Amino acid sequence: MNVRVAHLYPDYLNIYADRGNIAVLVKRAAWRGHDLEVTAIDMRGPIDPGAYDLYYLGGGQDREQLLVAPDFAAKADPLREAVDGGAAVLAVCGGYQLLGRGYRGFHGEDMPGVGLLPLETVAGDRRMIGDVLIDTEMGPLAGFENHAGRTHLDPGAEPLGRVVSGFGNDGESGFEGCRMGRVVGTYLHGPLLPRNPRFADWLLAQALAHRTGGEPPELAPLDDELESEAHAVSSARARTRGGTY
Amino acid sequence: MSPRTVTFAGVHVPLAFEVAAARAVAGLSRLVGAGGGTTVPGKLLSTLDPGAVDRLAARLPAGTATISATNGKTTTAAMAAEILRPRFRLAHNRSGANLLSGVASTLLAAGGAELGLLEVDEAALPEVIRRVHPRAVCLGNLFRDQLDRYGELELVAERWRAAVDALPRETVVVANADDPQVGDLPAQIHFGLDDPRVARPALQHAADSKYCVRCGTPYVYSAAYVGHLGDYRCGTCGHARPALDVAARAIELHGLERVSFDLQLPDATRHVELELPGLYNVYNAIGAAALTHALGASPDEIAAGLARFRAAFGRFERIAVGDKTLLLLLIKNPAGANEVVRTLVDGGAPHLAVVALNDAIADGRDVSWIWDVDFEPLLDGLDRLVASGDRAGELALRFKYGGLDEESIEVEPSLEHALDRGLELTPAGGELVVLPTYTAMLALQRIVAARGLAPPYWERAA
Repeated sequence: MNVRVAHLYPDYLNIYADRGNIAVLVKRAAWRGHDLEVTAIDMRGPIDPGAYDLYYLGGGQDREQLLVAPDFAAKADPLREAVDGGAAVLAVCGGYQLLGRGYRGFHGEDMPGVGLLPLETVAGDRRMIGDVLIDTEMGPLAGFENHAGRTHLDPGAEPLGRVVSGFGNDGESGFEGCRMGRVVGTYLHGPLLPRNPRFADWLLAQALAHRTGGEPPELAPLDDELESEAHAVSSARARTRGGTY
Repeated sequence: MSPRTVTFAGVHVPLAFEVAAARAVAGLSRLVGAGGGTTVPGKLLSTLDPGAVDRLAARLPAGTATISATNGKTTTAAMAAEILRPRFRLAHNRSGANLLSGVASTLLAAGGAELGLLEVDEAALPEVIRRVHPRAVCLGNLFRDQLDRYGELELVAERWRAAVDALPRETVVVANADDPQVGDLPAQIHFGLDDPRVARPALQHAADSKYCVRCGTPYVYSAAYVGHLGDYRCGTCGHARPALDVAARAIELHGLERVSFDLQLPDATRHVELELPGLYNVYNAIGAAALTHALGASPDEIAAGLARFRAAFGRFERIAVGDKTLLLLLIKNPAGANEVVRTLVDGGAPHLAVVALNDAIADGRDVSWIWDVDFEPLLDGLDRLVASGDRAGELALRFKYGGLDEESIEVEPSLEHALDRGLELTPAGGELVVLPTYTAMLALQRIVAARGLAPPYWERAA
């Protein structure tokens, strides 16, 4: 099967090794006999709502995030149409913030968001930096977070997971990320997918479901010994040193 | 005095006493095997009396010069030291202890020195230059590096700008024109490369500072040399690389062995043969040339010093191990590691490599940077990779998802075992390529020293 991924703003939002996430999706699809085709969508590049099964949005420094925010906000309608049609989205860190209604930056700049997820982000005075471990429906996820933004979910909004160790969305609520169906936003980088293969496969299955119009398929298991080892070390790091300034 | 000043037991202790006490601690630190004692005495001194650093620096009759950059500061400082040695007795923090405490230790240990030559951590630069009042400041480059520790690149650049703006007029600022963030700082001497033949066809994946520092438009590069360093111009507002006062032209890269170039100084041109490979070392050399020119070195002294120069500690260092050789190449961030990879591949890609990833504070706790390194050019030649260090598994994944066959990857977190495994796989007379992060390199140096193969780093750094 041919899975189509739109990688949004790869030249601007790539600060936390976002291409690692893409590499994992490409390989894990290929090992199951699927061809993952990645298209870069940059400034002023249009979104054709039916053309992609998965949208990926990475993290950027404040400056780059500020540069893309207005362009991304202008893509809100086709993106919402794509999501309503069952496309999956993974947005990390800066990209996650832009999926909400907006972001108030460190120097007071207001950045518009696309309003896809029911949340808002405001920059705090201390960055929340460190290893992080969360519990989700797709199992535990281990990563690294580095964000000044405090993300507040609207009442009733579903977080991606509960913080086991680390700061999470705002350092207080115990929530990390946000999930709405096949749309996931999170602060976890590291990058996220190499050391969390079960989650990578979940995402891949959602994209395949969009492609076929059916249910997410069961994917053939892979030898994830290295992945498990990396996950274990990353989790242990979060337990011993996550969530401290 | 600043509010953070600690007055020891409410008593002002004379500098001479502090100096003696701190030196004694350095000796003790070495005796108990805590390492080189390269920062402990300085930490003690700066806790006892932060103003002591100012007074120690003021004792140097020829003043001080600082060198800072994300990449290459240790090598640039070591090159400048080689150039200046015939002229000055130096206080130089050669082992790379480059925070305020390391600077204090160096100044403490350097009785009789005339000139302070200080490599300074990018984040520590503002405080160090406020205290030591340098007569010359060399600003090399800013790449994304240890975002968990330094924060975003822009933030470091803003702090540099504030620090440079606060310098008195008589301080000479020497800046890398090829880095848009650094080249935009007010400087008297700009250095850069001027040889599009050795430029890269395009900006690398992880290039930083791709957008105009003034208006945000992507720069147009007529030549991109290392990461985002190059000859850039903004098509919208016209911001462009400043004119070069010190430049390298006619650059000839000779694989893993050396590089030669014509060094254009403001008043003369000299041919330079450098016994180090790689374009990034040309940047280090012209940075050292521009700085030492500002300090009064002649063109002949500069060319001769660069020709005499040999690899700085752990940066392209070769160590004999029986009938084999270890080649140690420090990797610490995407831009630096990319240049190490490029240089290795230019010299004929190795069949075997030991790569060691630690995640201590000095390495960066966030290991995501390895995914931004272009390791892929190594994969074609590589039959076996020994992944080592505290995050060996993560490193193995980087190569697995980069396309290296999983059967070719060995995971050996213990550095000692990884080194032995690498040596075992290296044929007699062969060279083992080892790419460690910072604390992994220190640990490897300790292992090699413990086996009597090389003197410990604090002795070589003395």
